[in-house]
Amino acid sequence: MVTLTDVTKTFGAERAADNVSLHVPEGQTTVLIGPSGCGKSTLLRLIIGLIRPDSGTIRVDGTTLSDANLRTLRHRMGYVIQEGGLFPHRTARGNVTLLAKHLRWSTTRIRDRIEALLELVQLPADRLDVPPPQLSGGQRQRVSLMRALMLDPPLLLLDEPLGALDPLIRADLQTDLRRIFRTLGKTVVLVTHDLHEAAYFGDQIVLLRSGQVAQQGPFRELRDAPASDFVREFVQAQQSLTTALDT
Amino acid sequence: MRMRFLCWLLLIGVGVAPVSLAAQDSTLTVGSKMFTENVILGWAAAYTLQDAGFDTRHREQLGGSRFLWDALVRGDIDVYPEYTGTLIEEILADTEVTPATLRDVLAERGVRMTAPLGFNNTYALGMREAHARKLGIETISDLRNHPDLRVGFSNEFMERSDGWPSLRQVYNLPFTAQGLDHDIAYRALTNDAIDVIDLYSTDAEIQRYDLRVLEDDRGHFPKYEAVLVYRADLEAEAPAAPAALARLEDRIPADTMRVLNARSAIQGEPEREVAAAFVQRALNIVSGDVQAPSRMDRVQTRTAEHLALVGVSLLFAIGFSIPLGIIAAKLRWVGPAVLIAVGVTYTVPALALLALMVPPLGVGYVPAVTALVVYSLLPIVWNTYTGLRDIPPPLMESATALGLSPWAKLWCVELPLAAGSILAGIKIAVVINVGTATLGALIGAGGYGQPILTGIRRADMGLILEGTVPAALLTVVLLALAEGVERALGRGPAVSDGA
Repeated sequence: MVTLTDVTKTFGAERAADNVSLHVPEGQTTVLIGPSGCGKSTLLRLIIGLIRPDSGTIRVDGTTLSDANLRTLRHRMGYVIQEGGLFPHRTARGNVTLLAKHLRWSTTRIRDRIEALLELVQLPADRLDVPPPQLSGGQRQRVSLMRALMLDPPLLLLDEPLGALDPLIRADLQTDLRRIFRTLGKTVVLVTHDLHEAAYFGDQIVLLRSGQVAQQGPFRELRDAPASDFVREFVQAQQSLTTALDT
Repeated sequence: MRMRFLCWLLLIGVGVAPVSLAAQDSTLTVGSKMFTENVILGWAAAYTLQDAGFDTRHREQLGGSRFLWDALVRGDIDVYPEYTGTLIEEILADTEVTPATLRDVLAERGVRMTAPLGFNNTYALGMREAHARKLGIETISDLRNHPDLRVGFSNEFMERSDGWPSLRQVYNLPFTAQGLDHDIAYRALTNDAIDVIDLYSTDAEIQRYDLRVLEDDRGHFPKYEAVLVYRADLEAEAPAAPAALARLEDRIPADTMRVLNARSAIQGEPEREVAAAFVQRALNIVSGDVQAPSRMDRVQTRTAEHLALVGVSLLFAIGFSIPLGIIAAKLRWVGPAVLIAVGVTYTVPALALLALMVPPLGVGYVPAVTALVVYSLLPIVWNTYTGLRDIPPPLMESATALGLSPWAKLWCVELPLAAGSILAGIKIAVVINVGTATLGALIGAGGYGQPILTGIRRADMGLILEGTVPAALLTVVLLALAEGVERALGRGPAVSDGA
């Protein structure tokens, strides 16, 4: 679904992506994880074209990203960020329908799509008539998800979607998100720094370090057959924390 | 949101009475300088033309001699009262011209003049009578013995070639003079703030304030005989007009002029009425339009004029500024240049900006509106720029990631988010604009500045308030309007724009 070939992106002296080649398989959830500054958000932003690579190519759904096709390709990707992505001057509904309106969808088509999405993300319909700043954090993320899914894109990109939520709401939304991913069978790329979240969502996990892929595979593989000391330490550090809390 | 924003733009234009942008060709336009006598003569000339059947308009108090001359040559006005000395010494200073050849030299420039109207209003220097007597000063030469006297001259006198520069040389005077408005100079003199001023020999104030006119013992000042100058075209296009103007020739002796000046400058009678009474008595002309409008009528007219200046210039300013602000925010290389250029316009004093508009655009409404537009750019351009630049990056990225076209992004996301800042800029522009538009009267655009100008000239506080109070009220009303729009934007329901 998404293929990165020899992608490099530098910000000044910092290499946020260092000759990265990566394949995101269709219909699966791929989690990008790693310590702060490892370049995981950069990869996501490269895929949706918010930043352009210095070298290398990115293919989405069989098409190589270029300035010419970027905008229409984005209609095939939904993008959710940690928080602050909803437009405060429009209601939640205005946010969700903005793009469909821009593409001149009919009123009925929009209404039907909204109903289906409300059902999917478990949001009470009356919440749609409120401006985003008046919604709770969890509700805002559900609205963001609706906006990302409005055109029913085959690819969903999420950048720390649970990062700003308090623990109870977080657990709630986490369960819902996995259910949604499973139901829709979409290709999902999710960025997190939390290994448990990665293990919970990820069919495959891509562990990054300093702009390079340290190891790629299912969680079990990273845990049982770490490719380097860094991978072992990263997995152990997060696991021992949970173990310490459990005992 | 989009609709409200448009409504706000439109509201500014509502109630703006359309005004005629240019003089109609069939109308004759009289101009006059910024002092009482010239305004009275302007009215008298206008009445004779009206009596001859012409549609006549009088643009009062347009400016100084050079300004009126340029307006005449350019064709913005057809007639104005002038003085032979001013023509020879000032207007045609770079030409060989004597009183005998004046008529021919004028003709080369497409200008004709009437015979003298009957009085010589020469420049003179004056002091308080008691003060002059105490110091024993009778002639201009006597001033040399009193270098500590404080000297204040009208700005025009300071500059003219026959004014202070040559007077100082001829008499070898030891003073450093300060420039003042002519009417303010009289008040400064009587308040003992200065000791010597320039005056005109027909000034009503000479008797009123008990002033001594110092003798021009070296014969420095040339003759300043009042005439009417007019465009030579009139002889072909409106042959009756020169004949009508000629009726005023030799009808106004100096003492008559001094009385007329006194009625207006001291008793506060409007110049148009003083002139009407004069032409009725001297020429038996019944001027139809003499009935002075009531204060209410005047305020209404001025309000319409002022709104036309403010409203139209604001609409244009908004129309230019928001795109300029967008360009400044979007184009990395042009942006700073736009911001700096707009900033520089603001360093030009408003008065100078108005004056700069006159050579290319003439006098009246169009140059005034143009200057106001230029003057209103800064706050709107800068606030549009800042509003767009201050949009949080996550919102910009969300809009991009959605796959909106650049225009849709600008229209549906960026401009609405910057609207608060843009409106704040417009509010500042409103305040600046209402205030600056009062200067429009200086170049014949009317508005609240007209009574203020006249009020300053006549020291009539009532007239000054007649301009300043409505200007203040207008500002309050326009700001309240903007406040209402802002509330609607801030508190109204957000736009759902969906099914």
